[in-house]
Amino acid sequence: MKPLYIVIIGGGNIGYYLSKALLDEGHEVLIVEKDSRKCERLEDELGSCCMRGDGCETAVLSEAGLNRADVLIATTAQDEDNLVTCQVAKYRYKVPRTIALVNNPSNDKIFKQLGVDASISVTNTILEHVEQEIPAHPLIHLLTMSGQMEEVVELLVAKESPAVGKSIAQLRLPADTTVVLVIRDGERPRIPGVDTLLKENDRIIALTTPSSEKILQNAVTG
Amino acid sequence: MPRTETVKSNIKNIVIMGCGRVGATLAALFDAAGHKVTVLDIDAYSFRRLPPSFSGTALIGNGTDEEILRKAGIAEADAFIALTQGDNRNVMAAQIAQQIFKVPRVICRIYDPLRKDIYEQLGIEAISPTEIFADILFKRLEKQ
Repeated sequence: MKPLYIVIIGGGNIGYYLSKALLDEGHEVLIVEKDSRKCERLEDELGSCCMRGDGCETAVLSEAGLNRADVLIATTAQDEDNLVTCQVAKYRYKVPRTIALVNNPSNDKIFKQLGVDASISVTNTILEHVEQEIPAHPLIHLLTMSGQMEEVVELLVAKESPAVGKSIAQLRLPADTTVVLVIRDGERPRIPGVDTLLKENDRIIALTTPSSEKILQNAVTG
Repeated sequence: MPRTETVKSNIKNIVIMGCGRVGATLAALFDAAGHKVTVLDIDAYSFRRLPPSFSGTALIGNGTDEEILRKAGIAEADAFIALTQGDNRNVMAAQIAQQIFKVPRVICRIYDPLRKDIYEQLGIEAISPTEIFADILFKRLEKQ
């Protein structure tokens, strides 16, 4: 793989470990960090790969050579700074891929809507794991489509579920929600039709939106 | 200017983020003119700048938080003005107001002229006090 030029904004823990891993993989990495002491420490550890400056200032980003960067990763503790850096990188310097750390999980959606290519919310990631660990949890988020307000979720048709014995059409799901797969023990997962009848212990994979998620959940789990 | 008058009469409900000198003064002006005003600030102490006659709402909270904006009544607002000290906070809140809550008129203060230019190109109505003030000073001294 061709080495990438990756600019990381914020030299905290995430910035540090990311740079270390990416340098090990042979990429060219530059960390932009406001705090001079943090900069010194990073340079002592990782060699000359740190620039002191405010990652939201265009002058600093120009000096960092952002116009030739392949990826920009914003890892500061301030969501507004991460958003602005990504937007400036994307629209001013045409950086092909911008990734932002999201501190407030409700900003996850907002960042995608405002043009950040990928946003990562630590809180949401942990929550997803908690959901998967607890089998009784009624709805599991599997994937959020980047750039779109669509998500892929998994639901279990439990014994007491009102969906048992019903067809997909009878669930009366919103127009933006589609059941794309029904997984049944001992059978190959299948793409259901509107007349496919649901059985106890079926697992449903559906494409939906955050606003219709609750309706889907109520239809399947009651 | 007839256009200014129509715009003025359309704005009945205004949300202001940041109750500093400019935010508080603007809130007082709109309030005195009979508009419904909500001012947001993360620090309750800044509300001291509002005049005793202020009859609008003062709300503690961070305007870059979607939920706080909703509480401030952004969904029904005709205008949103972002006036905190942080350019990035202003830009983020302005974009949430404009793109997520579809507020008809959004204006945001951006001190950094370069960042202002970028966000203007992205369709944000922005004002840079830095540029304006430097311009005023320059013109005044030039005349002498």
